[in-house]
Amino acid sequence: MLSSSRIKLFIPLVVFALLALVFLQLEKRMISGDYDPSMLPSALIGKPLPEFNLATLDNPNTVITSINLNNKAALLNVWATWCVSCRVEHAYLNTLAEKGITIFGLNYKDDQQKANQWLTRLGNPYELNLFDVNGKLGLNMGVYGAPETYVLDANGIVRYRHVGVVDEKVWQSKILPLGLNW
Amino acid sequence: MIPEIGHFALLLCLPIAIFLASIPLLGAILGRPLWMRLGPLLALGQWLFLLLAFICLTHSFLTDDFTVKLVAMHSNSALPWYFKLSAVWGNHEGSLLLWVFILASWTLAVAYASQSLPLDMRARVLAVLGMISIGFLLFIIFTSNPFERLLLNPVADGNDLNPLLQDFGLIIHPPMLYIGYVGFSVAFAFAIAALMTGNLDAAWARWSRPWTNIAWAFLTIGIALGSWWAYYELGWGGWWFWDPVENASFMPWLAGTALIHSLAATEKRGVFRSWTVLLAILAFSLSLLGTFLVRSGILVSVHAFASDPTRGLFILAFLVLVIGGSLLLYAVKAPAIRSNAKFGLLSRENFLLVNNILLAIALSVVLLGTLFPLASSALNLGSYSVGPPYFNAMFVPLSLPMIVLMGIAPYISWKRSNKISAAIPKWLIAAFVALLLAGLATLSLSNQYQQDFNWLAFITLVVSLWLITSTALHMLSKAKHQQGLLTGFKRLSVSYWAMVIAHTGIAVAAIGIGLTSVYEQQKDVRMLLGDDISVSGYRYQLTAINTFEGPNFSGTRGDITVFDGDTVITVLQPEKRFYYAARNVMTEAAIDPGLTRDLYVALGEELEEGAWAVRVHVKPFVRCIWLGALMMAFGGFLAVTDKRYRSKRMLNA
Repeated sequence: MLSSSRIKLFIPLVVFALLALVFLQLEKRMISGDYDPSMLPSALIGKPLPEFNLATLDNPNTVITSINLNNKAALLNVWATWCVSCRVEHAYLNTLAEKGITIFGLNYKDDQQKANQWLTRLGNPYELNLFDVNGKLGLNMGVYGAPETYVLDANGIVRYRHVGVVDEKVWQSKILPLGLNW
Repeated sequence: MIPEIGHFALLLCLPIAIFLASIPLLGAILGRPLWMRLGPLLALGQWLFLLLAFICLTHSFLTDDFTVKLVAMHSNSALPWYFKLSAVWGNHEGSLLLWVFILASWTLAVAYASQSLPLDMRARVLAVLGMISIGFLLFIIFTSNPFERLLLNPVADGNDLNPLLQDFGLIIHPPMLYIGYVGFSVAFAFAIAALMTGNLDAAWARWSRPWTNIAWAFLTIGIALGSWWAYYELGWGGWWFWDPVENASFMPWLAGTALIHSLAATEKRGVFRSWTVLLAILAFSLSLLGTFLVRSGILVSVHAFASDPTRGLFILAFLVLVIGGSLLLYAVKAPAIRSNAKFGLLSRENFLLVNNILLAIALSVVLLGTLFPLASSALNLGSYSVGPPYFNAMFVPLSLPMIVLMGIAPYISWKRSNKISAAIPKWLIAAFVALLLAGLATLSLSNQYQQDFNWLAFITLVVSLWLITSTALHMLSKAKHQQGLLTGFKRLSVSYWAMVIAHTGIAVAAIGIGLTSVYEQQKDVRMLLGDDISVSGYRYQLTAINTFEGPNFSGTRGDITVFDGDTVITVLQPEKRFYYAARNVMTEAAIDPGLTRDLYVALGEELEEGAWAVRVHVKPFVRCIWLGALMMAFGGFLAVTDKRYRSKRMLNA
């Protein structure tokens, strides 16, 4: 018969067992592709975008230092033609743009000609595309890779960062609940 | 050929580790001294072969052998040699090899520095370390082979090391951190060995203490280096982000801090035995948990793109074996918790207990904040992100009372304190001094940084200065009992000095954290040549912009002259660098460091008409954070040099 004080010694084991079950569940869901650990915290959250000075994708002679939000929330989508997942994501961005969602593009470490061809062929959901050929702005923002999407509120403050493909599920479950004025 | 030698050496370590985990242990159980004596030899063999493997991998990096996949992916021929060296551990496989090598080094140190240990105890400790080693070796060999070749598609040059990691701080940060993490395996092994024999007396605590102190001190330095690096390299001026990877290093630190104190109580008074064993298991388990979180792809999604899910499952299985196994052993063998405590309310035992409870709460706060988002997504409860507001809101009210109690603790003696009445006048003096100085300091800071009287700054200063003054008064009275103050100070024991320095370090760090958070100022401005801006009473003027060529990059350097009134304080030269190999732009912030404030300037983008975006920070007392951490670490190291650890006979304290 175990005494009650002996039973107390099992508490850490039980806690750990529960924790291990959670991890196992996560691993299983990761393997099945159901769980996407894209909740990367960003040092930018709660802050405006860093200062930048970039040309647009369609016109290398322009210089842009800020994006005009018109008092509406917007997405800033980091993409490139070398990124396979971006192609997957592109169709959904087109859908969002048709609904009237403002999307800005950050074309990241890409080839200008290829990028413009891509937009002609697959459609252009972007209000404006910044051409970040050296990844300067991307680096200052802490971009890990493409695709990555930053949610800006009407004041230009970064409210959320999504790493990986934005799709209907992400839009419904993560971005809409932020309650921004689209 | 060399990578194959390295790989072979690595493979050879596995049977050695298996022998190390079994032969000395069997010897201890069956009472065969010869088998037990094999432990140190096997530890030496394991260390030598891992050293060889590590040297081989380093050689591949230094000689740009791009047929090795790891080198091709993480290095580049244009890198300076020291960054090629740090590229060895700037990736998953290499850092894991460093991890086992450090584990083998600790094992070797235990084998040869514990001559005074009873033979069977040493054998069991080495065997437990051997078991951990087996797990990590299997992990490397089967899922993360660093010596894998790229024979089919050789590459001309490597992908280069992430420019963020091309930095001095990042050369030494991982090794320091790992020495700390892995060092807790020694306390863990002592705890498990003691549980195996069922003999949880004061002896195991005394043997574990120096090892735990060293590991803890290294971990402290490792964490401080990481924070310092984030501060000057990321260009945001932040020094702690509460991100999961940082938390993964902070949790073992909290457990280790609790362990150091609990070990003292167990050694000196034989109390909290079960709790101390649990903490020893916990400190190392949290180190392993950190490894799992960082490497399984559960948290860091960049790696998740490329990471092999079997890796995550492997570590999870290993975690279950090590942590689950040791907690089961604990549940079965630990002495039942007795409630008939033999110490009074005002006893050092009780104070250490409160210290441990507060640290355990702090640990749970971090653990919960780190794991809750994971648990909620695992259980399909939706995704939550737990940010700095949660941690800050929990940590401030936890740490302030802890610091207050730290000021009282040294006056309280073991069992029951009878000297309280003598201490009360000193506490009153210390409290008075703290209130007075904190009030004056807050007034003057509020004046300097043009803010209203800030209560958070005031309270932080009061408790920190209280801790410093109260500790100093205690030291003074302790020294006064001797003939002459100077001889008195000399007579104070080394471990007492260590406590004083480490506790003062906490106060210094708290001052840094509190004042930086309250008074820091940041401005992002557009500057033309000759423009100036005032931040916190300092005037910054852009006096020159020059381009220059570095060894593997081209750069732009701004000269920003800082004035205080009309006096020039310094010329800061922030840089913007373009690295050719990685085609990456890096910001090099320029900092004028000072104990009372850092002036921090980072160059942003070039704007139209020759104007530049410039980010200017004033960071009051930020340096105190790392100074405090260094003092804590120094205290940790100093405590180990106390003569009672070197002496073979038991000394009565």
